[in-house]
Amino acid sequence: MSHALGRPHLVIPGFRLSLGLTTGTLAVLVLLPLAAMIAIGLANGVPAFVAALADRRVMAAFRVTIGAALVAAVVSAAFGLLLAWVLTRYRFPGRRIIDAAVDLPFALPTAVAGIALTALYAPNGWVGGLLAPFGIKVAFTPLGIVVALVFVGLPFVVRAVQPVLEDLPAHEEEAAHLLGATPAQTFRRVILPAMAPALVTGFTMAFARGLGEYGSVIFIAGNKPMLSEIVPLLIVIQLDQYNYTGAAAIGTLMLLASFVLLLAINRLQAWAGGR
Amino acid sequence: MSSVALRTDGSLARPILIALAMLVAGVVLGLPLAIVLVEAFARGPGTYLAALVDPDTIDAIALTLIVALCSVSVTTVFGIAAAWCIARFTFRGRSLLLTLIDLPFSVSPVIAGLVQVLLFGRRGWLGPFLAAHDVRIVFALPGIVLATVFVTLPFVARELMPLMQEQGAEEEEAALSLGASGWQTFRRVTLPNIRFALLTGVLLANARAMGEFGAVSVVSGHIRGATNTMPLQVEILFNDYQIEAAFAVASVLALLALVTLGLKLALERRQSVLLTTKGSAP
Repeated sequence: MSHALGRPHLVIPGFRLSLGLTTGTLAVLVLLPLAAMIAIGLANGVPAFVAALADRRVMAAFRVTIGAALVAAVVSAAFGLLLAWVLTRYRFPGRRIIDAAVDLPFALPTAVAGIALTALYAPNGWVGGLLAPFGIKVAFTPLGIVVALVFVGLPFVVRAVQPVLEDLPAHEEEAAHLLGATPAQTFRRVILPAMAPALVTGFTMAFARGLGEYGSVIFIAGNKPMLSEIVPLLIVIQLDQYNYTGAAAIGTLMLLASFVLLLAINRLQAWAGGR
Repeated sequence: MSSVALRTDGSLARPILIALAMLVAGVVLGLPLAIVLVEAFARGPGTYLAALVDPDTIDAIALTLIVALCSVSVTTVFGIAAAWCIARFTFRGRSLLLTLIDLPFSVSPVIAGLVQVLLFGRRGWLGPFLAAHDVRIVFALPGIVLATVFVTLPFVARELMPLMQEQGAEEEEAALSLGASGWQTFRRVTLPNIRFALLTGVLLANARAMGEFGAVSVVSGHIRGATNTMPLQVEILFNDYQIEAAFAVASVLALLALVTLGLKLALERRQSVLLTTKGSAP
């Protein structure tokens, strides 16, 4: 075993134990259960698997989920860029509170966020009441899903972009300024390209999180089939009807999507880190 | 830095951008937190307290604590083992292992619950076997713990891996070459060096374990007083139109989130102080 290790680590013990514990736990608690899900999803053959997914209600749920996650990721990217910029570039009263509050969606249980957003954006709520006179309905519509996903997605963008902005060398901006660039040109030509990888990483993370999000969405979405029903909820519904194969098929497709996005995020982080 | 900011932005850009950022933070982050407190106390502190001492709510709090204790223990042992083998050794499949450790973060929590039902549910793979031996996993404590472990598994590893990689193995190698055993080295050298990051990971895993909704919702069966955790109790009360009670329980979870964030900031500061003092030592 030890001959496979790098030379500097020859004396460190515990390789076999720590690797065994890590892979064993992962295999039993995560990988084998996921493999079982794939096996059950495909148990009746590929045509049955495809048929389970080609169902109109399932397709509609995927459209709603992907659409809402995409829109929410775009909004999160814009809001997150603004917050990251202001937090790194300016000193003002309340800055540290906002900086700490950015992590709130990471820590606040999703069910709490769900009922809070529902109360806020219901037609008689603080925000929903302001929008109602304009005929804008948020709660119990697909727009409500977007609102919930912006809440959970925002910190991913801020925390991806913030360190890059902090490390951006000031002399590049100064050079652009000295060469006669306007602030807008400096932002577009110097700052934006430098943080594009981090911004795309944050966007992708927010999107990936949005695809699988459940707790914060189901309260505000209204959950109307074909209209505002998300994919994770459909899994729960299939399970309640003892349609294990259907639930496993939907779960398998979602797992595939997460795995592809996870690999994309790893690549993006390498790109962002390599600059 | 600030002089550059002044030059690259017009005089108006700064106040406008700050105002916009405050508006976004206030609406997206501030309002949800505020409404939890306002709604919880909408009918006065009496109703609030009555909601919290309700027997079903007490049971939910107790179950939540048990689930968190069980799952965070697993997450902690896993995290230390994962960080040890990832940060101290190079081996084939290391980057694949890194990706797999992160996998639970990117999988929908509903899937974490789904796999438990598929394996251990009444019509699951092991369902008949479990029924014959009168073992309940789904709609009972073991299933809730398994689902929670699934979603919290990477938390401690995530905090420890980058730190241990940054610190390097020199101090441990020194202790070993001076005759310390592996366990002694871990307890006396590694553990003190990573203690604040370890606590941060435990803290974050605990917050997630106590607040997990999607994964637990699928496996719990929502049996009042038996398999309801606090987030599920929030859902049941909310769907029953007991809005104040729902927000009262939610306010406890919100407080947990705030305490977690505060402690995390403090711990991160202490860990970075530890790093810099170590780094500047000769």
